[in-house]
This record gives sequence, C-alpha cells and structure tokens, in this order.
Amino acid sequence: MSGNHILEVQNVTVSFDGFRVLDRLNFTMNYGELRFLIGPNGAGKTTLLDIITGKTKAHSGKVIFDGHLDLLHCAEHEVVRRGIGRKFQTPSVFPSLSVFENLETALGFKTATLRLTAPLKRDQREKIMDTLEHIGLAARAQTRAGTLSHGEKQWLEIGMLLVQDPKLLLLDEPVAGMTRRERDRTGELLQDIARNRSVLVVEHDMVFVRQFGSIITVLHMGKLLCEAPVEKVQNDPNVIQVYLGRSHKPAKVAV
Amino acid sequence: MPENRSVQRWIIRWIPLLVILFGATVILPTILSSFEINLLGRFLTYAIVAMGMDLLWGYAGMLSLGQGLFFGIGAYCFGMYLNLEAVGPKMPEFMGLYGVTELPWLWQPFRSPVFAIIAAVVVPMIIAAVIGFMVFRSRVQGVYFSIITQALTAIIALLVVGQQQLINGTNGITEMKTIFGHSLAEDGTKRALYIVSALTLAGVFILCRWLVESRFGRLLISIRDDENRLRFVGYNPTLLKMIVFSISAGIAGLAGILVVPQVGIISPKQLDIAASIEIVIWVAVGGRGTLVGAILGAMLVNIGRSQISTANPEIWQLIMGALFIGVVVLFPNGIIGAFKGLFTTIRARLSPRTSGSSIPVVQSVNQA
Repeated sequence: MSGNHILEVQNVTVSFDGFRVLDRLNFTMNYGELRFLIGPNGAGKTTLLDIITGKTKAHSGKVIFDGHLDLLHCAEHEVVRRGIGRKFQTPSVFPSLSVFENLETALGFKTATLRLTAPLKRDQREKIMDTLEHIGLAARAQTRAGTLSHGEKQWLEIGMLLVQDPKLLLLDEPVAGMTRRERDRTGELLQDIARNRSVLVVEHDMVFVRQFGSIITVLHMGKLLCEAPVEKVQNDPNVIQVYLGRSHKPAKVAV
Repeated sequence: MPENRSVQRWIIRWIPLLVILFGATVILPTILSSFEINLLGRFLTYAIVAMGMDLLWGYAGMLSLGQGLFFGIGAYCFGMYLNLEAVGPKMPEFMGLYGVTELPWLWQPFRSPVFAIIAAVVVPMIIAAVIGFMVFRSRVQGVYFSIITQALTAIIALLVVGQQQLINGTNGITEMKTIFGHSLAEDGTKRALYIVSALTLAGVFILCRWLVESRFGRLLISIRDDENRLRFVGYNPTLLKMIVFSISAGIAGLAGILVVPQVGIISPKQLDIAASIEIVIWVAVGGRGTLVGAILGAMLVNIGRSQISTANPEIWQLIMGALFIGVVVLFPNGIIGAFKGLFTTIRARLSPRTSGSSIPVVQSVNQA
C-alpha cells in the first residue's frame, strides 16, 4: 500500500476452462515509470492488460490504480475515464472518420452525451492540432483513417490516447509490423510520452526495448518470472530457458 | 477557414432545401389533384420514418426491424384521438359491438389532442429506450439486435390483434371524420395535412442533419465502425445506442401522427413485420448514411409502387421485387451512393494529372 505505486496488481488469477492464464500474479508499477512486459506466447501479457482495462474479469485478486481504486469492478469505459488509456495490438481506429475526427472523438470522452452536439471549443481544437503535430500526422488531418498506412494508424491510435491525458498508458506491441523508420519514430514518440506519465509496453522486439534502459518484467505461464534491467534479463538463466533460450530465435526474428 | 467560404457553404447547403420546400408546399398543391396530394402527403410521412431509420442504421449501423412498430404506435395514439373527436361525448362505435359500456381508462386521456400528440412521440421513445437498455446492456449486437426487434414487432402485432374490445383487434380504428373540426374528406384539409407533413419532414431533416454533423454524429459512426473499440475510448455504447434508438423511434411516432388522418385507418396490418422491412428497403434503395437518400428512397419506392400497381395490377409485386433486387445488386450504396460514385469518377477524370496522386478523400457521410 505504498504511495508511489500507480498500479498494483495483487494476487490476480484468471482461468479459462480451468487453465490458469494468470496465476496469483503480483505486479507493481511506479508513478512516471516506463516499463516493458515481455514473455513467450501465452504468458498472459495481453490478459494482464485485459484485466487492468476491464475487458476480462479476474476470478480473484485486486487491481489498485492510483492508490485507492479497485479496477476489477469497473466497466471498460469507466477505467478509461479514470485515466488508463490502452492501445491494442492491431491498430484500431475508426476507419470511416478522418484523422481529426478520430482525435475529436477521443477528446470528448468525458463530455456529457448531449453536450456533444455543441461545436469544439477553441482550446479543444488547439489541443487536437498539438497532438496531430506530436504524432506527425498534421498534414493528414482530413484523411480518412481507414486509408492510413499501418504505421500511421498506430500513431493515430497513440494520439487518441494522448489527447485524453491518461495517467497510465498501456501499449500492446506498438512497433509490431512497422518498418525500421517507423519503428525509430515510434521510439522517439515513446521517449517523449514517457517523460510525464506512466507507460506499460508489451513488446517482443528486444532491440527496440534495449534503447530505453528501463526495467523489464518477464511473464511466464501467468507468473512473474523475473524483473530487472535489460542486460540482466537477457543473462538470466530462467529467462533464457523459457524465452530467449530457444536458440535466441524470438529476439533475432524481431530484429 | 475564410469567412466567405463558410457563407458559400451555407448557401450551397440550405438554398436547395428552401427551393425544394417552396416547390413542395406552394407550387405542387396548385398543380396536383387532391387525390395525388393526399398520396404524396402519405409518402412524406414514410420519408420521415425512413430518416429516423437512416439515423439508426445508416449512421449508427443498427438495423432495427421494428421501426414500423413505432410508426404504428404513433398512429394508434393519434388515431384514438381522432376516433374520440368523431364520436364526441359518446363511445367509439366498435366498443358497443363488444358490449363495452364505459370508455376504458386507457382511452380517457386521448380526448386531449395535445396528450395524444405527445404520447405518439414519447411512448415509442420510452419503449425503444427500455428495450434498448435491456438489449444493449447485455451487449447484443448486429444481426441479433435485428432479430430481437423483429420478434418484438411480431409479438406486439399479435397482442394488438387480440385486443378486440380495447382497440378493435384486426379491424383497427377506422372511425375518423374530422381533425380539429375540419372534415378529413375535404380537399383543403388534405392539402393542409400535406403541407404540415412537408414542413415536419423539413424540420426532422434539419434535426437529423444537425445531429449527424455534430460530434454526436461522429460517435454514431464510430459505433458503426467499431463499437467495442469505443468502450476503450471511454464511452458507454449502451447509453449512446439507447439514445439514438429512442430518437429514431420518436421520429417514427411523429410520422405516425401525420399518416393517420391522411389514411383514415390504423390497423395491426401497419404493425406487421412486412411494414418494418419495407422501411429498410426504402433506406437501402435511397442510400444509407446520407439522410437525403432515405427521403428519396421512401418517395421513389412508394411513387413507383402506386404507378406500377395501377398500370399492372396483376404483376406489380413482381416488378417491384425485381427493381429492389436490381438496385441493391447494381448500387449497393443506393441511388445517392451511385450518384456520388459517378461524381467522384468524373471529378477525378477532369482534374489535372498533377493532383491525380492526391485525390481529395470524399467524406461520404459528412458531405451528403
């Protein structure tokens, strides 16, 4: 119950058909921290994000956010309103809306429904424009989101989170499927974002992860296997055995 | 954005509406016979229902197969008033046949036209909100929503058929003579009802337009695009869907008020599933997600039907069926969608090659 944890996952168990995807998992994150979450397929990374965001209900345990809230009793949209933004693995933006309108929709998330018939205020418009600059899509503001490239969609989705000023950002494989140049840009964006908020990133790409020098949490079979800086994680015999050990393939493929 | 451009946009947007409205309310009534005006007035009410359907289906992607129910409920509410106006202090005639001696409590408030009009709009809205709450809260989506609304329509139609003593069962309410003291058979009344229908249509159009062009409209589209994603943007789709379902039901109820004095009857046949599906056809033919398409579809299909059915009484249904299939197969985005596609192609052909690589993206929904 210390005051400097933005997120405390306590003894959370989730099972599907008797199979424990998360097994009495404990996990904490500090305020302002940039944390990476890795683990082989089926380790429970995405499930952990699902639990935090209310998409999946846990069988037991607690998720304490911002010191006092138990998120396990919140619906998805309530979790978002309390300050947790999530980017999904596959880019999910609203394809029929323009880039600008996607951000506009994200911005209005706390507005009462009937107030949404009023036009945007000047400061709201400016905020959207700033975010567009930030994610590098200012020139594409009027483009339909459905026609964006894969990388641009990912950035737009990150922009939709940023415009909501979340306290905690959850990013599920933000560089998956990106070209090297897109990956570099996303890296810069992430550095920038992490400067003034807490960010949890699920990522396989060890080269990408290495540039940040943050703590890495390794999950395996729904349990916490190891939590340490990059070099230590890569030399940890347990980690090598379950994850990197398979002739270093996952790490190499990702490069 | 430059000032004069927004003025220009305003003119482009509203002048055609004003011209059409002028033509419809001032010129047409002097040209057409009162029979034709009456027919057209009915079709205008269908166009109103179609717009509500478009708001729900075209924008928010929710295919309701129960809009005819809300239309019918609105019509019943106002039909009850008209019946009471016709009989004055006495009882509706059909009640005597079933031995009812005292006006049932359900009928009492319908002596007031104001109550009847409000009820015709509010009752469908409440029904839609309650059903919507139950259905959407349990995250029923897509085709299951359609099935539930259809089942509901069937149930209520059956229920109404069974209520002979209360609302004359299968025969429906037919005893209507006057509206606010004016005879329904008179030409002037028919013209007046037609003009009121046209004005109401314009009003509903402006309301829908205002809704879909606001941020609320963008939310409707995002429900259509990816409702589950919208939850993770921090919205509660249950509430949003309830609101839009309720608005569309209210619009259908409003149209019901206008149709009943122009038809002179309301019976369970109008609550039939077929009636609801027909509303879907109007919108599909005209073009979804454009509002104008819904109006156009409802008018064209109904005008076409009345023309074809008088010209070829034996096979008109076959011809109509073939036309529907033809339109849906050839123009999946309806008539408006087909025109837009044509317009885009022409513009792309005409524009110089330099801009060819960056053809402006046509926002099919916003620039109807």
